[in-house]
Amino acid sequence: MTDQADVSVSAPTEAAAGPSGSRSRLIPYAVLCELTHRCPLQCPYCSNPLELERASREIDTDTWKSVLSQAVDIGILQAHFSGGEPTVRKDLEALVEHAAKAGLYTNLITSGVLLTRARLDRLRDAGLDHVQVSFQDTEAGNADRIAGFRGHAKKQETARMVRAADLPLTVNAVMHRQNLHHLEAMIAMAVDLDAERLEVAQVQYYGWALKNRQAFLPTRDQLDEATRIVEEARVRLKGILAIDYVVPDYYARRPKSCMGGWGRQFLNITPAGKVLPCHAAESLDFLEFENVTERPLAWIWEHSSAFNRFRGTDWMPEPCRSCDRREIDWGGCRCQAFALTGDPDTTDPACEFAPHRQVLEMPVGEAGGEIPEFVYRRIGNS
Amino acid sequence: MSERLLLSADSVPRLPRHAKLRFDRARDCWIINAPERVFELDAIAGEVIQLVDGTRSLAALVDELAAKYDQAPRADIERDVTAMLQNLADKGFVIA
Ligand code: SF4
Ligand code: SF4
Repeated sequence: MTDQADVSVSAPTEAAAGPSGSRSRLIPYAVLCELTHRCPLQCPYCSNPLELERASREIDTDTWKSVLSQAVDIGILQAHFSGGEPTVRKDLEALVEHAAKAGLYTNLITSGVLLTRARLDRLRDAGLDHVQVSFQDTEAGNADRIAGFRGHAKKQETARMVRAADLPLTVNAVMHRQNLHHLEAMIAMAVDLDAERLEVAQVQYYGWALKNRQAFLPTRDQLDEATRIVEEARVRLKGILAIDYVVPDYYARRPKSCMGGWGRQFLNITPAGKVLPCHAAESLDFLEFENVTERPLAWIWEHSSAFNRFRGTDWMPEPCRSCDRREIDWGGCRCQAFALTGDPDTTDPACEFAPHRQVLEMPVGEAGGEIPEFVYRRIGNS
Repeated sequence: MSERLLLSADSVPRLPRHAKLRFDRARDCWIINAPERVFELDAIAGEVIQLVDGTRSLAALVDELAAKYDQAPRADIERDVTAMLQNLADKGFVIA
């Protein structure tokens, strides 16, 4: 599956002690392997591009294995297997095994609807370290409506199988105006499923989600209530359930640091082998992406024009250029800046200092209004 | 997990299955891999964490460090090590 959770794959690497920022050469931390765009679900907030890659264009097992080996060579520590639905690929076990043997931490990001206990056992034995299962809601009817697929009951079963197979579990929940009223139930469900982590992810508005913005954007009041619930639960469940929660961009005063900075920590590889600085980067349609079938990963990381385009602070306009947060949030999300303003070099409108901040007024003003029908994620629907 | 783990001198800490410790040559330090997180450990934290293997109690672990760093008072070492491991325990990276 491919929901907004993928964003947090880049999530802040934490230096438990000591500064680590003084390295001269950037060493990436994680690679997100989008094995396929095939997926039985049709989430209207999917972070896959509007132009979905067809199965015939997917790179093969040996190419993925080579990529994983190269990832280790350039210092990558974690491989996240995502999609689409990664379990559609029959070679998932082989890829997990290859990655684990090479020393990578392996994480499966799945909708859970296709997994069997036997396959989970095989994946565990292949060295899988962690599983993340996505949920659309706590209530089956609404969850299945959002996903465009009858899968909620199976997801719960899969989550239990993950724990029964003694694999660690993260519950990923993309929350928005049509399910935020179940946030408390979602937290309870994660505890009940014996998850160690709950990601309360927000819809991020580019690609499919931008088409569905009005259907997803919560009101300020909904959001404040959600924040209160999470803060209370974090205290109550300390040491029991870790809750990741980020305030959605449209209501934030400052943007989040997307992917820990463009081209600083993270690579995303598409089903066809293109290497992106983030999973949404193809929405920046003027960038040229290199392919793992044509260039070594190390070369792409260091020299690809797409990676260098927004790397560091040299590209920045004011107010970012002279802002003391420029190496904290890196000017925010490039895809969002481009989607909302047409200018990829401008400060992310999620920042209160952004010259285009006013583009958020219209959607925020209309939040809570009539709920339109979803545009579901499927080939031919973009 | 069902209740908060509070480390005491008798606790025998270890890393849970989802947290993997290894030395990273690229960064020249010990790191813990966990879901969506990488902890880079400094030299001291790296030494402590290598003793967190599910065989030693926290007290034994502190004894070992105190013997090695005999210029620091044992009480100080115990305080620092307990705080460090409790912090990791609260994040789910150390269990006992
Ligand atoms: S001005 Fe730029 S660097 Fe400063 S907080 Fe806003 S986005 Fe971040
Ligand atoms: S900044 Fe752009 S490229 Fe980076 S995560 Fe955000 S959307 Fe993606």
